[in-house]
Amino acid sequence: MPYLLVLEEALNGIELGIMLFLMAAGLTLIFGIMNLINLAHGSFYMVGAYVSAATFAKTGSFFLALAAGVAAGAVVGVFTEIVVFRTLYRRDHLDQVLATFGLVLFFNEAVRILWGPTALYATVPRFLSGQVDILPGAPYPAYRLAIIVVGLLVAGLLYGLVAKTRIGMLIRAGASNRVMVGALGVNVRLLYTLLFATGAALAALAGLMAGPIFTVDSGMGDSVMIQAFVVIVIGGIGSIRGAFVAALLVGFVGTMGRAFLSPLLATVMAPSAADNAGPTLASMAIYFLMATVLFFRPQGLFPPQAR
Amino acid sequence: MPEPLLQVTGLVKRFSGLTATDNVSLGIEEGELHAVIGPNGAGKTTFIAQIMGELPPDQGAIRFAGEDVTRLPPHLRSARGIARSFQISSIFPDMSACDNVALAVQAHAGHSFRFWRDARTDPLLRAPARAILDSVGLGERADMPAAALSHGEKRLLEIALALATRPRLLLLDEPTAGMGPEDAAQMVRFLSELKGKMTLLLTEHDMDAVFALADRITVLVYGRVVAGGTADEIRASAEVRRAYLGEDDRA
Amino acid sequence: MRRLRVLAPMLLTAMILLGLALVPPIAGLSGENYTIDVFTRIMIFAIAALSLDIILGYGGMVSFGHAAYLGIGAYAVGILAFYHIDNGFLQFAAAILASAAAAAFIGFVSLRTSGVYFIMITLAFAQMIYLLSISLSTFGGSNGLNIDVHSKFLGLLDLGNPTTLYYLVFGVLLLFLFLGHRLVNSRFGMVIRGAKSNPRRMATIGFPLLRYQLAAFIIAGVMCGVAGALLANQELFVAPAIMHWTRSGEIMMMVILGGMGTLIGPVLGAIVFLLLEDVLSGVTEHWQAVMGLFLVLAVLFARGGMLGFLYRLRGGRSGA
Repeated sequence: MPYLLVLEEALNGIELGIMLFLMAAGLTLIFGIMNLINLAHGSFYMVGAYVSAATFAKTGSFFLALAAGVAAGAVVGVFTEIVVFRTLYRRDHLDQVLATFGLVLFFNEAVRILWGPTALYATVPRFLSGQVDILPGAPYPAYRLAIIVVGLLVAGLLYGLVAKTRIGMLIRAGASNRVMVGALGVNVRLLYTLLFATGAALAALAGLMAGPIFTVDSGMGDSVMIQAFVVIVIGGIGSIRGAFVAALLVGFVGTMGRAFLSPLLATVMAPSAADNAGPTLASMAIYFLMATVLFFRPQGLFPPQAR
Repeated sequence: MPEPLLQVTGLVKRFSGLTATDNVSLGIEEGELHAVIGPNGAGKTTFIAQIMGELPPDQGAIRFAGEDVTRLPPHLRSARGIARSFQISSIFPDMSACDNVALAVQAHAGHSFRFWRDARTDPLLRAPARAILDSVGLGERADMPAAALSHGEKRLLEIALALATRPRLLLLDEPTAGMGPEDAAQMVRFLSELKGKMTLLLTEHDMDAVFALADRITVLVYGRVVAGGTADEIRASAEVRRAYLGEDDRA
Repeated sequence: MRRLRVLAPMLLTAMILLGLALVPPIAGLSGENYTIDVFTRIMIFAIAALSLDIILGYGGMVSFGHAAYLGIGAYAVGILAFYHIDNGFLQFAAAILASAAAAAFIGFVSLRTSGVYFIMITLAFAQMIYLLSISLSTFGGSNGLNIDVHSKFLGLLDLGNPTTLYYLVFGVLLLFLFLGHRLVNSRFGMVIRGAKSNPRRMATIGFPLLRYQLAAFIIAGVMCGVAGALLANQELFVAPAIMHWTRSGEIMMMVILGGMGTLIGPVLGAIVFLLLEDVLSGVTEHWQAVMGLFLVLAVLFARGGMLGFLYRLRGGRSGA
């Protein structure tokens, strides 16, 4: 097996994992703390991608596009939190599923109304369009490398925030005891809104970074969101650390499966059969991973502490 | 000497840093009414949940009728004759009182992979259910939605659910919780009628009720057994006074 | 009042079913098949919604992957037809077995969890089956698979005739409504309802819940698989889009819209949802935005579905 190819795919796996982590981080905190299931998290991802791509097309400024995308995600997050989610915290999961599903339908259609039914093309900024030698003779796209770096930075920042700061303490306390946080005199409402804005901004960041790699179209966030669900289930609801580990695991298994299952199978069966079976199995790999984890650890790898 | 009906040995349950059940050993003889008392947070409810099988203990063993049941799930313990009531009434609020009890009867009337016959007109379920409702004094309320019952009636329905499984050992978690003095007195009368018909393990806050009913008493403080004996012995025990005075200080 | 509460759903059921029975002769007057096709589709989705309601409305299992079984049933017919096996009995048996197997696997894994875990896992597995269908390049991949002939039932039924297909679907719907009625009122049904109402108590009074919930999950999967097999016969085409995750959401919407925990509710919900879709999509291509907003508002401000709304109008309470 060509060694460099493996390295490249491994990096692609990490990159996908990073994207999934950015999606899953906000989701898992919202699940853990507000006990809210949000199917519309993928919409924040999509909004980030659309606004950023549109801004870049208009201004040509990458950093302006970046800021606009993240800000748009946060604004949409705050707006939906105030208008819709606040009412939903006290409702059962079924109501949450239905209302947020309604939001998905709405947002998916709204981007079609605003930007038309065809996909937008986001472009990589010039200074990131080249290749970088990660090892001598092993070039890797600079843009993808930048995603990994940004993602790791954000992950580190988030971990520091949750583990070391007062707000993080409140977030962790809120995850296990909502009443207690309220009793501390903290404005829980504001805390929730901030948390939502952060989660939405992270999703938007993931979306706008993914834009140039995939296409920017309506519903682009949905399949990523479902993968983020897989990440959360594997990692354990409410755990940032679990989300990080599981996101890398899922990114890795998914990418490696797609890249190497067919050639691997071809060593034990007819190539044509392997060409058929490979993609099939690869598309199911992360879900089997989830089933396996659940079978042994129904609460995920990093289960929430007993309340 | 024959083994007691329920034999708990060295039971330990920890919740991240807190030891809710701390090396508890306890034997309950067939036909006895045994009360477990202790201040709030002494681990009484946790203890009951472990005997029922809802919480797995971290260490120790539970034997029931000569069989090790430590690893059995609740439904299998129920099949062997253990039942419990909850401190906060745990009923089926959207069903009628009779439906509630009939469901508990059904749990012990063979498997429920029966898809055809209307369960609500099945005399094999309804007749025993009505008899039990009559016995707890809820006969007149049989067709009321459980949610519409008064607090005291819900407490009785709670016990009726447990009785419908025809237990050998009935675990009662604070049966008079939240009751006014009249309702509580009625509950105590009812429990004294049950006494002798089955083995009872009861946790209770109301000391008058405990001393009126219990054959033997175990005192639990911070998950540990600090005293055990007959009602008279416990009444005289200094350890117990300290535990309860301590609670009064905090309250 | 009490009598009204018992009679009203029965009367409503009778009216809806009578109406459905009369669609072909009335639509036949105009001599075109469009209306019959629309209502065939509506009834197929009514079956799917009914099957979801058994686990969702009665059993409290918020499965967000129900469209998967629709797809499995449809692909079972499509794949057998691809290999020139057009015997309807075989095709429907395959649809039933395949959806039962999938439901058994998914249910076994997901029912060990609850709450948001359960929702996410059922959604994830449905996505897995969706991606699986895309990767099946032999059977058309994402482009889908054309089916050359309808299921053949030994020459007894010609499903190519829209009216015949209509009454077959109608018959299946009636059958499932009847079986569903027996089921939810049987001992099994009481266990499922109890598990929704208070699972912890169910365990302590002696029920091994998982096996009953799993059985209900499989029954619902099979019913939906049959709906899928019927859908394949109506469209003579099956593609992964049939089980796109939003389809699962739509089926759930039908259940809620009509009123979950009642048997006629999902049927009513399917009628209203699909007719609304038909009308809205004629008015604007962006009807999904309207539908989405409608759904958000409905959850925030109205509860209990249309049946609940009807009962409230009459001053009664929902929940039959």
